[in-house]
Amino acid sequence: MNATAVDSGTPGAGSPVPLLSVDGVTLQYKTRDHLVTATYRVSFDVFPADRFVLLGPSGCGKSTLLKGVGGFMKPVEGTMRLKGRVIDAPGPDRMMVFQEFDQLMPWKTVLANVMFPMRVSGAFPRNEIRDRAMAAIEKVGLSKFRDVHPHMLSGGMKQRVAIARAMAMEPDILLMDEPYAALDALTRRQMQEELLQLWDDTRFAVLFVTHSIEEAIIVGSRILVLSPHPGRVKAELNAHQFTHTEQGSAEFMDLHRRIHNMLFAERLEAQALKEAGHG
Amino acid sequence: MAEPRQKPLPPLRPEIENKSLESGQIGEVQVPLSAWERVVNLDWVRRFTILVILALAWEIYGRYLQNPLMVPTFSNMVAALWDATVHGPLLERVYTSIRVLLIGYACGVGLAAVFTALAVSTRVGTDLLSTLTAMFNPLPAIALLPLALLWFGLGVPSLVFVIIHSVLWAVALNTHSGFLSVSETMRMAGQNYGLRGVRFVVHVLMPAAFPAILAGLKIGWAFAWRTLIAAELVFGVSSRSGGLGWFIFENRNQLETAYVFAGLTAVIIIGLLVESVIFRNIEVRTVRKWGMQH
Repeated sequence: MNATAVDSGTPGAGSPVPLLSVDGVTLQYKTRDHLVTATYRVSFDVFPADRFVLLGPSGCGKSTLLKGVGGFMKPVEGTMRLKGRVIDAPGPDRMMVFQEFDQLMPWKTVLANVMFPMRVSGAFPRNEIRDRAMAAIEKVGLSKFRDVHPHMLSGGMKQRVAIARAMAMEPDILLMDEPYAALDALTRRQMQEELLQLWDDTRFAVLFVTHSIEEAIIVGSRILVLSPHPGRVKAELNAHQFTHTEQGSAEFMDLHRRIHNMLFAERLEAQALKEAGHG
Repeated sequence: MAEPRQKPLPPLRPEIENKSLESGQIGEVQVPLSAWERVVNLDWVRRFTILVILALAWEIYGRYLQNPLMVPTFSNMVAALWDATVHGPLLERVYTSIRVLLIGYACGVGLAAVFTALAVSTRVGTDLLSTLTAMFNPLPAIALLPLALLWFGLGVPSLVFVIIHSVLWAVALNTHSGFLSVSETMRMAGQNYGLRGVRFVVHVLMPAAFPAILAGLKIGWAFAWRTLIAAELVFGVSSRSGGLGWFIFENRNQLETAYVFAGLTAVIIIGLLVESVIFRNIEVRTVRKWGMQH
């Protein structure tokens, strides 16, 4: 697969109606001893065919935010709307791809895993489900493995199955929670290229969480930079012009440095203060 | 101040890049194991060898002791087992025992399903289950037999009652802890498909917790078997037909020690069959095939 084949897409003057709109959302969760505020009044809009990346260091609430959009958590403040409807429960219109490999059901074959959500959601005619699943598996290049159980697959293949399973459902938006974080660097790069290729084919909307600046620039068309403790919006940047081919180019490095400085600004300031004190 | 010691550096070496890779000297990369290694690798061969050694030791000890009243030889036991199976009442006894056992086991597993369903769906259910299991799990089922006899009289209902008690808590405890150990990711994936309530339990929790459920079923089976034999030993025959426990008890009273051993062996054989045929097959077809157990 060649990344140069992907038209990374300059956003057109397309529809101005947001697909997903997150408005002033504060999310909190309880641990045994604490009430943790994960995000504080975060707002952003995701448009159709957006590759929207949530980027930030650990503790910036990006995964929690994705869980909120997934319907697993209710905001204590603000609203999240998908196609105008308020999100209040998990549902198959927002298919999620997790970081962990155990998201696949070990008791089902690859094909059965992909067919399962289509079957239980009842959103597709029964006689079409099998063909749709086969087509989705074909797209991620795993046709040879469709009758195999997940434990026989490598980590990258499992993530491909999870992506095929989510794509087959034709969700309004695909939610990906650091899907490649547990993969080795070579596989990760290959998976990023494949994702861009898939996006180029079907132009789905995806909300992608990562802590890697590089991955955010390559995968994303728009990047929401979050600051930690609690997560607040630091910036919303465009990155649609970059793929693997531009990696290492001056513009790519500029954006990389810009985001890096944003994320580590506080640390740099603290360091500067310390040095000033010593001087 | 002394001159700083020079820090060691690795030597500078020329780069190496191999143009062609040879593997001539290694020979074949995959070599089949020898016949002996393959035979020894079979589980049943190793286990059967152990059984043969035990039987031989028994036979030798029995012949050395020359006291068939206390310890009959292995061959005596086999003869008695054959006689009791072909001419005697052993098969009938086995049938009676297994019938009662299956009734009790089925009821126990059914009740365990109800309790765990309650426990996963409500917090009161969870508290109820954990309190009840903590109370009753350590209580030997046989200790309830006097009470059961008082309530249900001599007969099958009393046996079924104590078997249910021995099965229920073990199965419920295992199933519930299996449900609790299902990963958060798997739960979220299931909810993501829009599964709720009973459908969520059936499609996600039960298969995901199946290794624990199966372990519970196995333990429950063993408990049920023990309880049944013990109960039959205590109150012997009900109506006309007794079970295996009664067979053992009866032969002991008649000092037919070889037949007592034959009865015990029958218990062991049935246990082995259930374990190695039924449960093993379920295991191979499910948890092993799914890679959830090795």
